[in-house]
Amino acid sequence: MGYIDIVKNEYIKEILHKGIRDDGRKFMQYRSIQASVGTIPNAEGSAEVDIGNTKVLAGIKIDVDTPMPDKPEEGNLIVSAELLPLASPDYDIGPPSPAAIELARVVDRGIRAANILDTQSLFIEKDKVWSVFIDIYVLNYDGNLFDASTLSAVAALLHTRQPKYEEEKVIREGTLPKLKTNGMVTSCTFGKINGNILLDPDGSEESIMDTRLTIANDENNNIKAMQKGLHGTFSIKEVESMIDTTFEKSKDLRSVLSSLEN
Amino acid sequence: MFKLEGNKPQLIIDGKRTDGRGFDELRPIKIEANILKNANGSAYIEWGNNKILAAVYGPKEALPKHTADPTMAIIKSRYTMAPFSSLEEHGRSGPNRRATEISKVTSEVFENIIMREMFPGTEIDIFIEVLQSDGGTRAAGITVASVALAAAGIPMYDLPYAVSAGKIGDQMVLDLNKIEDNYSDADIPMAISPRNGDILLLQMDGSITKEDFSTAYSMVKKAGATISKIQKDALKAPYEKIIEKYR
Repeated sequence: MGYIDIVKNEYIKEILHKGIRDDGRKFMQYRSIQASVGTIPNAEGSAEVDIGNTKVLAGIKIDVDTPMPDKPEEGNLIVSAELLPLASPDYDIGPPSPAAIELARVVDRGIRAANILDTQSLFIEKDKVWSVFIDIYVLNYDGNLFDASTLSAVAALLHTRQPKYEEEKVIREGTLPKLKTNGMVTSCTFGKINGNILLDPDGSEESIMDTRLTIANDENNNIKAMQKGLHGTFSIKEVESMIDTTFEKSKDLRSVLSSLEN
Repeated sequence: MFKLEGNKPQLIIDGKRTDGRGFDELRPIKIEANILKNANGSAYIEWGNNKILAAVYGPKEALPKHTADPTMAIIKSRYTMAPFSSLEEHGRSGPNRRATEISKVTSEVFENIIMREMFPGTEIDIFIEVLQSDGGTRAAGITVASVALAAAGIPMYDLPYAVSAGKIGDQMVLDLNKIEDNYSDADIPMAISPRNGDILLLQMDGSITKEDFSTAYSMVKKAGATISKIQKDALKAPYEKIIEKYR
């Protein structure tokens, strides 16, 4: 960390005590959110999501695969995330970092728990099922990858075409039905800095926050996944209040999802 | 390269190619500079159905230390294809052997063109991410990386571009797309320094004659005028908006 960062971090902490965020937002306010689907026509599904300067692209491919031994009549869902070195000076080349693995697993849990994908409908015949690969590509990092990634993954899933399997061949082009999905899941992520809780922390806020909490919920306000991160703690009151905020703010996220057109 | 024998599709019908282009016609190219906030310079290109992002970080301290050159900057390029980038099955993430080779030849293009001796002991990273592929990604990648480097303010002797030529039957053609690439008789990607026409990258596989090669080079050279203009316009565009605002 350079001296400028140290000064900036102190400044961010100081003004938070006066109730001010560096970019002028309220504590429980998202940055502007932009989403579009069908960015990569070659992929079966794709979506690009911007939350402020954070930019995430999710791409979906569907292949014929063998089922998991313990679930012989269900298709597979495989979520992975890449923190591409072009997205930030702090990201390095190499195998997925623990941060990338955590990100993919939290997104995976939300989608799985909410049953967005009906894995039983992905069964083809004995020993043959569809595998749905969701790849989350972080293109520019400025905090809150969890919400941007879940949003892009779900947006892409809702606009994915289902390939056909005919005479041992996968047909990916032409008129294809939509992939079967049920409902939606979105997540809200909070950061805690010196006791102040902020929705949608940006990159500089993330670099100094003590604790992080991600809450994923569906349209009926059932909580579908939670993940606490970093060394700090939350009180039960704080968590309850964040759950309420999540229920409130997820309406906006769902309206982003339902307004998308391919 | 793997070539399918037998039921080869007809790539040229009535003097037109599968996508309706003439023999020396480029696919539509669009470039936008500086679209990523964190990178020192970046650019995005849509070249036909190819969609590619390039970002430049540096010059910065060369790490690990033993890779540093005390007399000049080292260039580290990394070309990768997204697992969802092709119309075929899900790919493997990260660089494979093909991507490693492309990264190497891309680095060598820019080693020639960047004023490396201005930044001893440093490295300049060039990341090329292919988000969607449709043939000719290495050429499009070099073309967009040039723009990203210029946008990063890296001093260069020239603004190189790249495009491939190829042979379909007896006909030499410019800028092969995916189907043409799969079934053509030769594929010749080239990167050119426009100031003197020097060849910075040259690869080829298939079968061509010496005359074919000369034809390929003049097609690539001629296309350079168009590509260079698109590159320069992309670099000017952000500033022209500012000029427009205060006019």
